[in-house]
Amino acid sequence: MKPEDFSFLAQMVRRRSGLVLPIHKAPLIEGRLTTVMRRFGFRSVNALIHELRHGRDTLARAVTEAMTTNESSFFRDRPSFDKFREVLLPQLLQERVRSKRLRIWSAACAAGQEPYSIAMILDDLKLQAKGWSIDLIATDLSSEMIARAEEGLYSHYEVQRGLAIRRLVANFTQEGGNWRIHENLRRMVSFRQFNLLDSFGWLDDLDVILCRNVLLYFDQKTKSQVLEKIAETLQPDGILMLGHAETPDAAVNTFSPVSHAPNLYTHAGNTQQRLAAG
Amino acid sequence: MKHCLVVDDSRVIRKVACRILEDLHFKTGEAEDGVSALAACRAKMPELILLDWNMPNMNGIEFLKTLRKERGGDRPVVVFCTTENDVAHISEALDAGANEYIMKPFDRSIIEAKLAEVGLS
Repeated sequence: MKPEDFSFLAQMVRRRSGLVLPIHKAPLIEGRLTTVMRRFGFRSVNALIHELRHGRDTLARAVTEAMTTNESSFFRDRPSFDKFREVLLPQLLQERVRSKRLRIWSAACAAGQEPYSIAMILDDLKLQAKGWSIDLIATDLSSEMIARAEEGLYSHYEVQRGLAIRRLVANFTQEGGNWRIHENLRRMVSFRQFNLLDSFGWLDDLDVILCRNVLLYFDQKTKSQVLEKIAETLQPDGILMLGHAETPDAAVNTFSPVSHAPNLYTHAGNTQQRLAAG
Repeated sequence: MKHCLVVDDSRVIRKVACRILEDLHFKTGEAEDGVSALAACRAKMPELILLDWNMPNMNGIEFLKTLRKERGGDRPVVVFCTTENDVAHISEALDAGANEYIMKPFDRSIIEAKLAEVGLS
């Protein structure tokens, strides 16, 4: 790819999604472009870029979506999920015992492993049978990923990374070489394609937000803006879960880490309460 | 250093599994069927056993049932590693005392994930 084409592509993707495409990842990016190139019937990446320059929106959207990294696994970064399940969730349930309502958002859900991991934790507690109203919302920039997540079908390779065999057998049905998440768990999650640069207006009063392994692909300004919107959307005593390699340093005065809970944060003013949970 | 016995009638599979496990800081031993695996366990009980299902002489499930009755045979973590990937086989293995189950083909990330499940990562 010509340097000027890469520069054009990087600017377009950044404007549309906030994702930063570093020049050293050019070979990887070109590989992802090749997939779009074939899908839209272009003979070369150059031809695809040429068309992009003419502002074809469907193509620009497909290219942007193709630039997302969709690597995920069930219960990824296990210690965070353990702490959430064992300490923070019981505390949260106690705090919400009057309203019996819990709102959770998985902000970059890829193929659905993350929201389904949360669904399995909640299902273990039989909360819905106990009268709880659970809103489990899952979004991703990629419509292809949302379609996969809604399908809830995973390869034998995917289900073996993060799922104990007893949980696999209990929560999935085998379909040939693949495994499909049980319908009750699939129905617990509402999937929707969503760009984190857009307004969070339709999201409010969230008790838990999982925004993992996406901020690291943003520049500092975009990261700050997204964290600001997350702060506005998260309940004052809500919990933010970030990825293993991420910190809210762009919003250091907004969020504070929960003591002894890796990758888990709460509003800075609420640290004392959540410290007790550690 | 924890000791893992890799039980599989395929020399290639034993070699690949041992290489991954050694990379994950396990000391490894090999057995090509259930009979030699039992002999190895009687000589020195390993902390972990990676166990194939279909083998000559004594298959994996027979080995596991016998092992669990042996003195100290309840201690090793047993992870099946087999092409028998259906729920009936998985359930049978768990009922017989298997701790985890790997469906072949596997790679390093799957072994690592399964070791994390059994607390041996």
